[in-house]
Amino acid sequence: MAPLLEIIDLRASVGDKPILKGVDLVVNRGEVHAIMGPNGSGKSTLVQAISGHPAYTITGGSIRFDGVDIGEIPPEERAQAGIFLAFQYPVEIPGVTNAYFLRAAYNEMRKARGLEEMDPIDFIDLLEEKLKLVEWGPEIMRRAVNAGFSGGEKKRNEILQMAVLEPKLALLDETDSGLDIDALRIVAKGVNALKRPDNAYVVVTHYQRLLDHIIPDIVHVLADGQLIKTGGKELAFELEARGYEWLTGTPERV
Amino acid sequence: MTESVESLVNRDYKWGFVTDIEADQIPAGLDEDVVRLISAKKGEPPFLLEWRLKAYRGWLKMTEPHWANIKYSPIDYQGMVYYAAPRTKAPLGSLDDVDPKIRETYDKLGIPLTEQKILSGVAVDAVFDSVSVGTTYRRQLGEMGIIFCSFSEAVREYPDLIQRYLGSVVPASDNFFAALNSAVFSDGSFVYVPKGVRCPMDLSTYFRINAQNTGQFERTLIVADEGSYVSYLEGCTAPKRDENQLHAAVVELVAMAGATIKYSTVQNWYAGDEDGKGGIYNFVTKRGKCAGAGAKISWTQVETGSAITWKYPSVILQGDNSIGEFYSVAVTNACQQADTGTKMIHIGRNTKSTVVSKGISAGRGQNSYRGQVKVMPRADGARNYTQCDSMLIGNRCGAHTFPYIDVQNRTAAVEHEASTSKIGEDQIFYLKQRGLNTENAISMIVNGFCKEVFRELPMEFAVEAQKLLGISLEGSVG
Repeated sequence: MAPLLEIIDLRASVGDKPILKGVDLVVNRGEVHAIMGPNGSGKSTLVQAISGHPAYTITGGSIRFDGVDIGEIPPEERAQAGIFLAFQYPVEIPGVTNAYFLRAAYNEMRKARGLEEMDPIDFIDLLEEKLKLVEWGPEIMRRAVNAGFSGGEKKRNEILQMAVLEPKLALLDETDSGLDIDALRIVAKGVNALKRPDNAYVVVTHYQRLLDHIIPDIVHVLADGQLIKTGGKELAFELEARGYEWLTGTPERV
Repeated sequence: MTESVESLVNRDYKWGFVTDIEADQIPAGLDEDVVRLISAKKGEPPFLLEWRLKAYRGWLKMTEPHWANIKYSPIDYQGMVYYAAPRTKAPLGSLDDVDPKIRETYDKLGIPLTEQKILSGVAVDAVFDSVSVGTTYRRQLGEMGIIFCSFSEAVREYPDLIQRYLGSVVPASDNFFAALNSAVFSDGSFVYVPKGVRCPMDLSTYFRINAQNTGQFERTLIVADEGSYVSYLEGCTAPKRDENQLHAAVVELVAMAGATIKYSTVQNWYAGDEDGKGGIYNFVTKRGKCAGAGAKISWTQVETGSAITWKYPSVILQGDNSIGEFYSVAVTNACQQADTGTKMIHIGRNTKSTVVSKGISAGRGQNSYRGQVKVMPRADGARNYTQCDSMLIGNRCGAHTFPYIDVQNRTAAVEHEASTSKIGEDQIFYLKQRGLNTENAISMIVNGFCKEVFRELPMEFAVEAQKLLGISLEGSVG
């Protein structure tokens, strides 16, 4: 079986500015990968490029998902194929309830798999289960998507969406940023509960803190658009203790 | 993004067909003889002819207003036909006598004129070019004392009511287009709801322009007597034609003490093509008067059509504790221009008004909100809340806001909030990442933006309005 995600020599830029300068990454089912690195190293660009954000131009290399080259596939089809991005800055959609939005997204996934849409009543049952994961009551579903949510609530909402959509590959972009310790625990609990042998996670983070809760199998260091070091979970501790300078040779840009 | 927005914006106008029917049409041009001819064709009493002539003479002295934020080629008032009616064996005895071709037209528009098949619980007055061709559910309503008929019939059968209320809210001298309408109006709808009666169904007029080179000048008059309630819906479409057509309607509402009138419009006149060729010039005067204490008038409009929209549904809050509301969604695509808003005139004590305006601009559309809130010296405790939001799709369109606030009473409280947003690439990408395609993503964002207005619409209309915006109905979850 082909790896779930196989990235070969990926190069991407914003306008004329190259950000990714040849990234190779293989993620197999059942694995949790952490991508760490200093600010501006290209971590967010990597996950956005995998999900097909139009702001990034792929200038070289390839991304294969489930054995298929997805370089030319629009973002909604990548999502329907099972790629989920938990956004660093989730977007607000005023006037659209969380319940409506979630059901619309869920039904897009079902349609893509040739299944019938789920009716609102059955969907409420499904939601009830998923809400428990993020320790939320049903009232959140009547609020507009992320509108007026605190930073922590927005991140929890991302995890709720992930729980409902059950992706094959979840990309978590700085999901720990702006979280207090309780929110961090809830988010991590959700992720761990959703881990299965047939799905995988790529967790982008600047700090080791999240990795206390979500234990990675493999840790990569991304610096200046390239993966410069790969190791086990102990690499994260080393980075926490020593910073990135010993690897990159330059003081971190803040 | 731009490509898919354009495909959303440039969908075909489905209502653009022409009905091939023989019309009784007078020659183009306007003078006193034409006014007399229209009045004679309708067999009107002398007071109405006098009223028309006075309006016409007043109109001659007026000039077309140009203060609105719209640009259009000059209107040739002498090149236009002021009366066109489908030639049928008059008068219509019942709905069964409606010409099959006209019946077919309304069927195609989704407005069947047979009561068995009609939209559940909505009575319809169908206006085809200049005349009303049929009104449904009249007998049932009549049993409750509710009058719902074409304007011409009302003139014949209830001349006292017409004489008393016609022009009582929008005088013939009010403005250029209202004066023109007063001189040449050909038909429209009339509603009277007696004291204490709650109208059991929504009443509706469906306006259809068919004939070429004609102006449409209809008049609607709704009188809700003390303590009564009525909900009224107005829909409109027109064939696709290369030349512009003028629509200058007048709507007058009178709500007595404790009465409520809810007036909803889904305006979908032909908007012209992508380059701005053709389309309806919509210059409409709509005004309601809360004549007694505790009266309420609520306007809800969804404006998606017309090349030019110039309309300001207003409320005169004369009775103490009366309430005025204006909820509006105005969409401008391609080369459409809309200058629309409201006037809330607070005269009575503790009068309250709410204005919620949502403007959506796409393509090269220009969308202006123009609203006046006026609090007169006697209006102690008057309150107004205005919320005015604009959304831009793409970068060739425009949104403008012109609020006028005039407060002459120290105890009044007037609030105005405004916002402008742009559907961003990030918002669309977020929804696409959750599996929605661009069209559905934009629909969802626009739908959410308009929600406060859509929820004011009666159910049938809400569905229609959302379809018009390319929006699937938001589900019942949550």
